[in-house]
Amino acid sequence: MHILKKPHIPPSEITPQVVYTRRRNFLQLSAGLVIAGLLPEAQAKLGPGKASVFSTTETLTSLKNVTSYNNFYEFGTAKEDPAEYAHTLRTKPWTVSIEGLVKRPRTLGLEDILKLAPLEERIYRLRCVEGWSMVIPWLGFPLASLLRQAEPLGSAKYVEFITALQPDTMPGIRRGVLDWPYTEGLRLDEAMHPLTIMAAGLYGDILPNQNGAPLRLVVPWKYGFKSGKSVVKIRFTDREPRTTWMKSSPSEYGFYSNVNPAVDHPRWSQANERRIGEFFKRKTLLFNGYADQVAQLYTGLDLRKYF
Amino acid sequence: MNSRELKPNGLKLFVFIASLIPLGWYAWGIQTDNLGANPIEVVTRGLGTWTLNFLLITLAATPLRHYTGWTWPLIIRRMLGLFAFFYAGLHLTTYLWFDQFFDWLAIGKDIFKRPFITAGMATFLLLIPLAVTSNARAIRKLGGRRWQQLHRMVYLCGVLAVLHYTWMVKADISNPLIYWAILAVLLSARGLWRIQKIQCQRLKNSTHRTKAARCEKY
Repeated sequence: MHILKKPHIPPSEITPQVVYTRRRNFLQLSAGLVIAGLLPEAQAKLGPGKASVFSTTETLTSLKNVTSYNNFYEFGTAKEDPAEYAHTLRTKPWTVSIEGLVKRPRTLGLEDILKLAPLEERIYRLRCVEGWSMVIPWLGFPLASLLRQAEPLGSAKYVEFITALQPDTMPGIRRGVLDWPYTEGLRLDEAMHPLTIMAAGLYGDILPNQNGAPLRLVVPWKYGFKSGKSVVKIRFTDREPRTTWMKSSPSEYGFYSNVNPAVDHPRWSQANERRIGEFFKRKTLLFNGYADQVAQLYTGLDLRKYF
Repeated sequence: MNSRELKPNGLKLFVFIASLIPLGWYAWGIQTDNLGANPIEVVTRGLGTWTLNFLLITLAATPLRHYTGWTWPLIIRRMLGLFAFFYAGLHLTTYLWFDQFFDWLAIGKDIFKRPFITAGMATFLLLIPLAVTSNARAIRKLGGRRWQQLHRMVYLCGVLAVLHYTWMVKADISNPLIYWAILAVLLSARGLWRIQKIQCQRLKNSTHRTKAARCEKY
């Protein structure tokens, strides 16, 4: 049984620890220098981005928490799954096609999309339907500037967002937890609202994969699941799109899904939320605190019926 | 090792210490800030999971004794059951405290409005009489038969607890399904030997002596 026998290595063959650690340090240092030399070209920081009047001054949720506590079911349903598995997501090359009820259907590359409008830093509250919230400094631009590229027709009333489906990189989609690809939708006026952005980064840098790289929707007055990650297709329709969560559980997830402390999820209350990093719970605000900006979109609409 | 060699006291001490490991794990995790972005959620759910685990382990004791003949599962059964109650109490406390901050009105509404809270609360309430009557004095007072009938309520507790878990989950019910499967095995094992018992009694009454001999243990 040779595997049980210790191999004989003469002492002269063994590299002293001092020598091999020094060698490692040297290699790491030189590798670091080489990468640093390449970086400005390959991975320029996106930030800092233009400041925005829409930003909140609340305490930011730490980068660590923002990037390690995620719902991205394509990579698994546990909160830590996306951070662990999403590194495989292919984000280059990336295109977004805009189609449906538009004058000019088109497919745009990520580089061209990022040139459409200057990137702004938008510090938004994010309220998850599960009852927790964060404050995240996004880097993005108004969705409207992307949508206008395709010149929507007068008949377009809704916008559907279809997100990436990469069976080989997404271990979560092998399980039929949801109907893939994950799709979301907004009314056209919601999509064109200045608060609605496409984010390409957070904390001054490009989006980590687990947060929906390379381009994701952010609609701060709606529950987090409305803000689709890794968007690949945008379709204009005249009919309210059926979103993934509506298909999964129509009595629990409506098309609007506006943050509303008075309208409970059938299985749990939405009156309070736990801000990640805080011990006590906070009162949840109507439209997640963005009522001044968005309430007029819903005048006359029964928010209980259209939840 | 033969089960007879295990001294009851040594075994009990071992199980007692082992049963405190989950609690120690969460306490250590809080202390070292090692439970991720939402530690309160991790602790609340973790204590619920361990309540379920202890319920199912307790429910496994009797079938294990039945099918193997080992006596040790019965020696530790009561302690395991009490640990299920212990973790249920901690789980409930995390909900009352860190989730609701003792807002009794909100808690009352929750219990009546949310089926998963109703099921969880019912499980805890039904576990109380079982924990209270888990001593020899209660058995004597109630009489073996009545005591046994009362303690069959633990089956209902198992069902309600797994239901509580299933209704809490958002979309991915794969973990609750595992608990349902284990519970189904543990409960149907009991049903199975009841049927065997009835059949054996019939055989004993008949003339098939050789077949009846196999039914010794009934």
